[in-house]
Amino acid sequence: MGVGILVENLNAWYGSNHTLQDIGLHIPANHATALIGPSGCGKSTFVRCLNRMHETNPIARATGTVKMGDVDIYNDASPVEIRRRVGMVFQRPNPFPTMSIYDNVISGLKLNGFRNRRVLDETVERSLKQAALWEEVKDDLKKKSGASLSGGQQQRMCIARALAVDPEVLLMDEPASALDPVSTSKIEDLIFQLKTQYTIVIVTHNMQQAARVAENTGFFLNGKLVEFDSTHKIFTNPRDKRTEDYITGRFG
Amino acid sequence: MTRVKFHQNLDELKEKLLVMAGMAEQAIQRAIEAYRTRDLKICELVFRSEPAINRLEREIDQMALDLLAMEQPMAIDLRFILSVIRINADLERVGDQAVNIAVRVREMGAFANIDLPVDIPKLASLSSAMVRKSLQAFIEGDAELAESVLRMDDEVDEMNDAAFYALSTLIKERPELTPQSLNALIISRNLERVGDHATNIAEDVIFWVRGADVRHKAPVV
Repeated sequence: MGVGILVENLNAWYGSNHTLQDIGLHIPANHATALIGPSGCGKSTFVRCLNRMHETNPIARATGTVKMGDVDIYNDASPVEIRRRVGMVFQRPNPFPTMSIYDNVISGLKLNGFRNRRVLDETVERSLKQAALWEEVKDDLKKKSGASLSGGQQQRMCIARALAVDPEVLLMDEPASALDPVSTSKIEDLIFQLKTQYTIVIVTHNMQQAARVAENTGFFLNGKLVEFDSTHKIFTNPRDKRTEDYITGRFG
Repeated sequence: MTRVKFHQNLDELKEKLLVMAGMAEQAIQRAIEAYRTRDLKICELVFRSEPAINRLEREIDQMALDLLAMEQPMAIDLRFILSVIRINADLERVGDQAVNIAVRVREMGAFANIDLPVDIPKLASLSSAMVRKSLQAFIEGDAELAESVLRMDDEVDEMNDAAFYALSTLIKERPELTPQSLNALIISRNLERVGDHATNIAEDVIFWVRGADVRHKAPVV
């Protein structure tokens, strides 16, 4: 099951650039939460702070509190442990090109030391089913490389890979922006199903997508969280003029 | 400013609706004038204006539909387009009420012009003022002005109720005046409906400007 995420006074820097300023919000468990905002507003940095990927950049640092359930991710757990609990899917599918579909899906588990063949087989099937890809690839699991799949299939395979380690939170950074409309619909349908089991945070430039998949939406601007509310409220009657200007295209 | 073309289209939609509003308002003014003067030529003008109003209603709906489908508007733009669609329908109905009144005036022409216990010009002036004010609120995006329209509706309803009572009493007492009384009763009802349409328009302005649904006296959410 997913866990809620509580963020308090989160600040992040790249060198001297203060990219996130005093972010505070509560992301509810087993819901999809969308983050929107113009390029460079800090939404991807925010997501990278949720799985401690931000700090992998040598000039980056972050302060503040991020709690996943009861765990303070910056004080109570190692980055490796956090990244097992928090899966991430990126804008472009990033399969390991020389690995089979099977090996792609279990790569995270293998890194975590799992070797039991039966467990791995079961995990591959479960994850690919959850990612709605099983029926399309079940006969070629070990025959085909992950890179031989279509873009939409590759992205669902990457989702399966993220799910294979049984995370509680799934971060998606523009997961459908490189996909055609049919593949995009499949990813959106998937988000609907997955949020019953995981907490989903999705960064998107596609506001209709945010409106379709997420219960809550946050609007970032210049490193600040301008407004966080139900998606319905944000897209029909936002409180802040800057949110309204952005979503109606009057921004800039 | 981005989405320049989209916002130009919204301006065009607003202008078109204002043309529609002008036509509907003129139709109701003419119908009232026809009642006051019993001038059948003015009735004819009302009848002739109806097809143009109907045509414009369809054009505005089509334009609004295109913008919804092609531009996926959000927030205040989405509320604006929804309001335009509703106001458009109300204006077309105001046009219909003008035609209904003109039909009654034409009927009344066959009978003696007698004094009836109903102040149609006063009711007409009040309901037209509601239409004018609601449209002014739309032009200026003024939710407070729109609220003032909502408060006027009770008075129109009361005048219509009083007209109903006075005219039905007259029919009982002087059955020979039934045709004139019935026509006046229907005109009173038509004007009360015009007030209702103005109320709807005002509610749509409030929805557009504030995002609050105040229809049917619902609490603001």
